[in-house]
Amino acid sequence: MDWFLNAGDDPVHKFLLMIIAIALFVVVMALILFVVDRRRNPSKWFVAGGFVGPALLLLAAGLLYPAVGTFVNSFQNRNGSAFVGLDNYIRAFSEPAFLLVLGNTALWVLVAPALATFIGLVYAVVVDHSRFEKFAKALVFLPMAISMVGAGIIWKFVYEYKPDQPGIEQTGLLNQLIVWLGGTPVQFLLERPANTFLLMVVLIWIQTGFAMTLLSASIRAIPTDIVEAARLDGLSGFGMFWRITIPSIRPALVVVLTTIAMTTLKAFDIVRTMTAGRYGTSVVANEFYEQSFRQNSAGMGAALAVLLFIIVIPVIIYNVRQMRLAEEVR
Amino acid sequence: MTIRMASKRRAAALVATGASLALILSACADTDDGGGGGGEETAGPYQIDCAPYEEFGDLDGTTVTVYTTIVDPEGETQQASYEPFEECTGVEVEYEASREMEAQLPVRVQAGNPPDIAILPQPGLLQTLVRQYDAVLPAPEQVEANVDEGWAPEWKEYGTVDGTFYAAPLGSNVKSYVWYSPSMFEEAGYEIPETWDDMMALTQEIADSGAIPWCAGVESGDATGWPGTDFIEDVVLRSAGPEVYDQWYTHEIPFNDPQIVEAWDQAGEILKNPDYVNGGLGGVDSIATAPWTDAGYPILEGSCWMHRAANFYQTQWPEGTEVAPDGDVYAFYLPAETTDERPTLVAGEFIGAFTDRPEVQAFQTYLSSADWANAKAAATPAGGWVSANNGLDQELLATDFDRLSAEILADPATVARFDASDLMPSEVGAGTFWAGITEWFASDLSSQEVTDDIEASWPED
Repeated sequence: MDWFLNAGDDPVHKFLLMIIAIALFVVVMALILFVVDRRRNPSKWFVAGGFVGPALLLLAAGLLYPAVGTFVNSFQNRNGSAFVGLDNYIRAFSEPAFLLVLGNTALWVLVAPALATFIGLVYAVVVDHSRFEKFAKALVFLPMAISMVGAGIIWKFVYEYKPDQPGIEQTGLLNQLIVWLGGTPVQFLLERPANTFLLMVVLIWIQTGFAMTLLSASIRAIPTDIVEAARLDGLSGFGMFWRITIPSIRPALVVVLTTIAMTTLKAFDIVRTMTAGRYGTSVVANEFYEQSFRQNSAGMGAALAVLLFIIVIPVIIYNVRQMRLAEEVR
Repeated sequence: MTIRMASKRRAAALVATGASLALILSACADTDDGGGGGGEETAGPYQIDCAPYEEFGDLDGTTVTVYTTIVDPEGETQQASYEPFEECTGVEVEYEASREMEAQLPVRVQAGNPPDIAILPQPGLLQTLVRQYDAVLPAPEQVEANVDEGWAPEWKEYGTVDGTFYAAPLGSNVKSYVWYSPSMFEEAGYEIPETWDDMMALTQEIADSGAIPWCAGVESGDATGWPGTDFIEDVVLRSAGPEVYDQWYTHEIPFNDPQIVEAWDQAGEILKNPDYVNGGLGGVDSIATAPWTDAGYPILEGSCWMHRAANFYQTQWPEGTEVAPDGDVYAFYLPAETTDERPTLVAGEFIGAFTDRPEVQAFQTYLSSADWANAKAAATPAGGWVSANNGLDQELLATDFDRLSAEILADPATVARFDASDLMPSEVGAGTFWAGITEWFASDLSSQEVTDDIEASWPED
C-alpha cells in the first residue's frame, strides 16, 4: 500500500504511479460504458446514468459534500465544536475590519470588470482592420499568459518605493518616472483608497486581453448587411458604434463582464502577493484564507466563504442566462 | 461528424481526464523532501552516548517522519544533527520542510495524516493543536526528565498546555538585540548604551548630527507586522516589567491597559519620530512596507545606525558581511531601564509528537537531550544557532555572536520571557496584533486606538 501512497523522490516511481492511475481511470470508465453498451433496449435513464453517473458521483464527493460542510461550519465556532448561530455573519457585518473587506470586494466587483471590458471593447474596435491588428492584439493578449501571482510580483516591483534620501536610487518603475519628472517618490501601496485601485490595475491588465479577444470576435460576427443598411441610413463613427455594434454584441458583452466579475471575486492571488491584505486592501477571498489557515478560525473563514458564494450566485445566473440567449441568437 | 471521429474524440477526452486526475494524484504524492543529504561540510558527526536509546528496543530499519518550517540552508544543518542518533539506532529520519507548514499542519492533522514529529515554531500552534484538534501526544517520561534537567522551568512551561507537558523545547532565539556597525560607532566616538536613557540620548545625538539613527521594517508577506510586535514586547518587558508582561499575554489585564499603551508610546518615541526613523528606507510609514529581511541593510550603507532585530538576523546579512565585535556589523543587548535588570525577549521551537511508536519516542528523547544541542552546535559551522539548554557546551558554538547569545540565555540575571504574540490566541497573536501594528505605522493611528481595536478582537472563550 505504501508503494502507492508515497513515491518519494524517484521520478520513475512517480511516472509509474501516474500511468497506473490513468489506466485505472480508463479501465473503470470503459467498464461502465461497456456495461451500458451491452444492455439491449436499455431505458433512457440507464444510459444517461451510465454517462452522467460517474461525473455526478465525483461532483458530489468533491464539490457538494465540502460545500455543505462549509455551510454547516459557518454556523460553528472556531474549531467546529459548538454551534454559535449567526454570530460569524453578525461579526462579518458589524466589525469595521470585516466591513472594510466587504466594501473592498464590492469595489473590486464593480470597477475591475467594467474597466477591463470597456478598455477591451474600445481596443477591439480601434485596432479592428487596422494595419497592425495582429501585433496590437497580441500585445494586449500577452498578459493573459501570466499567472496572477506572477503579475502581482511584477506590479509590486512597478510600484516599489525607495525614500527620497541622498544616495538612494529608485527601483520601482513608476517612482523612477516621477523622480525624472521632478516629483518626490510615493508609497503607492500605502495610499488609501488609491492602493485598492492600484491592485485592480493588475487584474485589468490581465483581463483586458480576454475581453478584447471575445468582443473582437463577436464584432466580426455582426452580419455585414446590418452594417451596410445602417451605413446607407447615414450612420457612421460613434453612431455606428453606439446604435449597431453595442446592441449586436450585447450578449457577448454581458458574458465577458460577468466572467471577469467571477475572476475578480477570486482575486486572492494578487492581494496576497502584493499586500497580503494589509494597508486596508483585503478582500473576502484573502480574508477567508487568513481566518481559516492563519488564525485557525474555521467558523469565521467558512462564513466568509459562504458570503463569497452568495455574492457570486447572481453573477453566475446572469452569466448562464446570457450565454443561453447568445446561443439562441446564433 | 462520423462515428469514428466521435469515438476518437471520446477516447481523447477519456485520456485527458485520466491524465489530469493522475496529475492531481501524483501532486499529492509529491513531497518536498529535502533528501538525506546535508552535513557534507562537517567534519563527521558529533559523538554521543548511545545508551539512553537502548531501552526503546531494537529500532534498526524503522523510520521517523519530521515536518518543519526549517528549510535549507538551516535545514541541512538540522538534518546533519540527526546523524549521531541515526548511527546509534539505525532509525532513518525522513525530513520534510515547508514554509507553509504552519497552515498545512492543522490540515494534515484533520485529514488523519500527521507526521510523527513536528517542529512547532511557536507555543501558540501547540495550544491550537492540543485544544482545537486534540492531536498532540503528551511527552514521554524520558523527554520530561531531559527537559527537567536541561531547561529552565519557564521553558518547560511554554511546552505545557492546561497542565500537561507535551513539547520539549528545541532551539532558542534571543530577540533583544540592536544591530550596529562597530566601525561607524568607533569613528563617531559613540559608546554602546548601557541603559534605555543612554540609548535615547545616543539616538538624539545621532539625530542632532543630521543622520537618521534607526531603521526598521515589518513587511513579511502574510505575517507582516511580527517584527514590530517584538519591539513592543521588548518595551513592555522593560517599562512595565515581567509580571505585567505575563498578565498581558494571559489577558489578566486587557490589551489596552494603560501600562501597555504607555509602552506603545515609548516604542513610538523611536519608531514614530520622523527624526529618528527610517534611515535609508523612508519615513515612518515606510516601516510598514520595508521587508524585515533587508531592513537592517542601510547600516552597511551608512544611512542607518541602529536596527533592533533578533539573533537570527545574523543569517540575513548579505553574503560576505562579517558579523564580529570588530567586523562590519555586530549587535548589543537592547538595554533595560537600569543595568541591574536584564529582561530578555526569547523565542524558540518545540517538538510535538503525533504518534508514540518506540522509534518516535527515542527520537523525541534525543532531540530533548543536551547531546542533540551539542551535535547541532557541531553541525552548524557557520553559526546562527543557539539553545537555552544548560548542557550546551558553548565552546562548540561557531561564532562570538552565538556565544554572546548563549551567555545571555545562561546568565542567571537574565529574566527571559517568551515572545508574547506567539503565546496569545492566534486571532490576536497572528492576526490583529500583527495587523494593528502595521496600521500603527501605515496610517498613523494612535497607540490608544490600535490597542483598543486589538482588545476588541480578543476571543471571548
